[in-house]
Amino acid sequence: MENLNVYAAKMAPQQEFLAGGHRACQGCAELLAVRLVAKTLGHDYIIANATGCLEIVTSSFPHSAWKVPWIHVAFENAAAVASGVEAAVKVLQRKGKYPVDRKITILAQAGDGGTVDIGLQALSGALERGHDMIYICYDNEAYMNTGVQRSSSTPYGATTTTSPSGKVDPLGQHTMKKNIVEIAAAHNVPYVATASPSYPFDLMAKVKKAAETPGPAYIHCFVPCPTGWRMAPNLAVSIGRIAVESKVFPLYEIVDGEYRMTVTHKNHRPVSDYLQPQGRFRHLNEDHIAEIQQQVDKSYERLLKKVKMSSIELD
Amino acid sequence: MAKRVGIEVSLAISEAVKLAQVDAVAAYPITPQTHIVEHLSELVAEGELDAAFIPVESEHSAMSVCAGTSAAGARTYTATSSQGLALMNEILFIIPALRLPIVMTIANRALSGPISIWNDHSDIMSVRDTGWIAIFAENGQEAFDLTLQSFKIAEDHRVLLPISVNIDGFTLSHVIEPHEFLDQEEVNRFLPEYKPAVQLNPDDPVSMGAVGVPEIYAEAKKCQDEVLKGSITVIKEVFAEFAEMFGREYKVVETYQAEGAETLLLTMGSVGETAMEAIDQLRAAGRKVGLVRLRLWRPFPAADLRAAVRGIKTLAVIDRAVSFGGTGGPVAGEVRSALYSVKDAPYVASFITGLGGRDITVDDFIGMANQAEAMAKANEIHEYKMIGVRE
Repeated sequence: MENLNVYAAKMAPQQEFLAGGHRACQGCAELLAVRLVAKTLGHDYIIANATGCLEIVTSSFPHSAWKVPWIHVAFENAAAVASGVEAAVKVLQRKGKYPVDRKITILAQAGDGGTVDIGLQALSGALERGHDMIYICYDNEAYMNTGVQRSSSTPYGATTTTSPSGKVDPLGQHTMKKNIVEIAAAHNVPYVATASPSYPFDLMAKVKKAAETPGPAYIHCFVPCPTGWRMAPNLAVSIGRIAVESKVFPLYEIVDGEYRMTVTHKNHRPVSDYLQPQGRFRHLNEDHIAEIQQQVDKSYERLLKKVKMSSIELD
Repeated sequence: MAKRVGIEVSLAISEAVKLAQVDAVAAYPITPQTHIVEHLSELVAEGELDAAFIPVESEHSAMSVCAGTSAAGARTYTATSSQGLALMNEILFIIPALRLPIVMTIANRALSGPISIWNDHSDIMSVRDTGWIAIFAENGQEAFDLTLQSFKIAEDHRVLLPISVNIDGFTLSHVIEPHEFLDQEEVNRFLPEYKPAVQLNPDDPVSMGAVGVPEIYAEAKKCQDEVLKGSITVIKEVFAEFAEMFGREYKVVETYQAEGAETLLLTMGSVGETAMEAIDQLRAAGRKVGLVRLRLWRPFPAADLRAAVRGIKTLAVIDRAVSFGGTGGPVAGEVRSALYSVKDAPYVASFITGLGGRDITVDDFIGMANQAEAMAKANEIHEYKMIGVRE
């Protein structure tokens, strides 16, 4: 099965539902991820989009990059709008009043700010109510659309325009990245996963699984942002791979509460391989890097324990 | 056949929403709106209404869910009050821009702080410029009738705008009144099934809520205002059709004992009925005093108002909200603007009263009529007078 990816590439749908010509920056991994998600979900789905990079680069009137029905209302409410679309399609289909009687997938999508900060309440409400929908957070680890301000998804030590590395306070972001994946999982939803466009077939498989799972599914997608991370645009895909190889962003899924790693590596790279190419970490000294290595190791160990616990069969 | 039912006004509104056969209701509980949505959830649970009832985690999400249900083509209803309306504020602006015909009852309640659960109009005044059609009901029958008519107005393809039906919290929402109900067959004859102009549908994909670049934003806003202003034609048509079918006539500006009046009081909402009692007493004493009741707050029926006050000397506008630091009560400000360029326009006295549930009595109205006439005689320059306040 080592060559699975060779076949998978050939089996991926050819059709595109996100048109080219949108206004994303060069090397934007978010739009790459979105394109893969769109391919996977195919024709029969409706998107509720939060305000943010993705919304502005794809919908500048009179242009639209969307070949599927798409609605944008505001920043913090993609989950709520998607809940409404889901509830309406369901009731209208039941009453024979919706023009399509096939199964329609409902997708909410937002950035990290629109998910972990301002959109957290609406997300929690939608997950708790159990709508049959997918929520995808495209996490580029700061408010990129407004000019790289820190969010609660910004990692420890990253410099942003509101967590700058200064003379008196050289660290940059002081707080640990909020673990939104665990927060989503705590709602006891049937499917939660992390994903990355640097691992396209893993991402597509997860989106497919999320669509097929009845009830709410949450996917946290890691999308490197060359502009905000201060790195060359051609590094977006490789830095996403290094994030996984260095345990910074492990790829796993939680199915009905059971944890499973979906991508594993035998020899992990040091976090310095991940930090070094990015301008946002350039100010960090050796002590900082050692501290980050410790944090990464610790949270990876914690994750592995959950995976291990999940595989134990109880009589 | 129509039947007379003694029922709480909140429940009558829920029954109207049921008769409108809505597809989706998303709501968050807030006093004094609760009885409306409680009853709706019960109707859904009992199978009397085939709709999605979405019990959301906030009013912000209530209106956001409504955006989603309406955009997907569902006839959509919600209800709120006060702080709930304030929390919805951001989304309220977006609904008319997306042309989503959502109907919402606002059980009018004072805004914090200090926190107050009681009635005034500060909530609706705070969302005056969100682009919603705003209608006021004075009693339970009006609330029932206007709820049904609102769906027809909102969903007309010449309108496609959201509507708020305003009822005074507690003084209207929580009282039991006789209502003449319509039956399902009658409602179906009046209110056709909702046919969305555009809806989220994979077979005919649309992008809704695109970015408005500077080259297009002003045009979008101008269109929106034209549609809102133009909706008055449809509102009058629907009122006329309703009157024709069921015999109860509504007007955007209503008058009572205005014939030959020299002084008119102007109210919105349930206090109009108290004011009528005051007018009766004043008329009995030989005074030429009448009443104007503003039913339609947005779009502001300026032409109808001018016609209603033509030839009178004094107009006493009764506001139930404060426009802090402003030049008068919010309704008085609009009225003064509408009359400013009218030749021989009446003197406009601005009274603010009935804040946060403070009663406005018959004597208060008589006092305001007297005071307004004295102020007009002296041509007193003023911004507003607050009535019944301890200073």
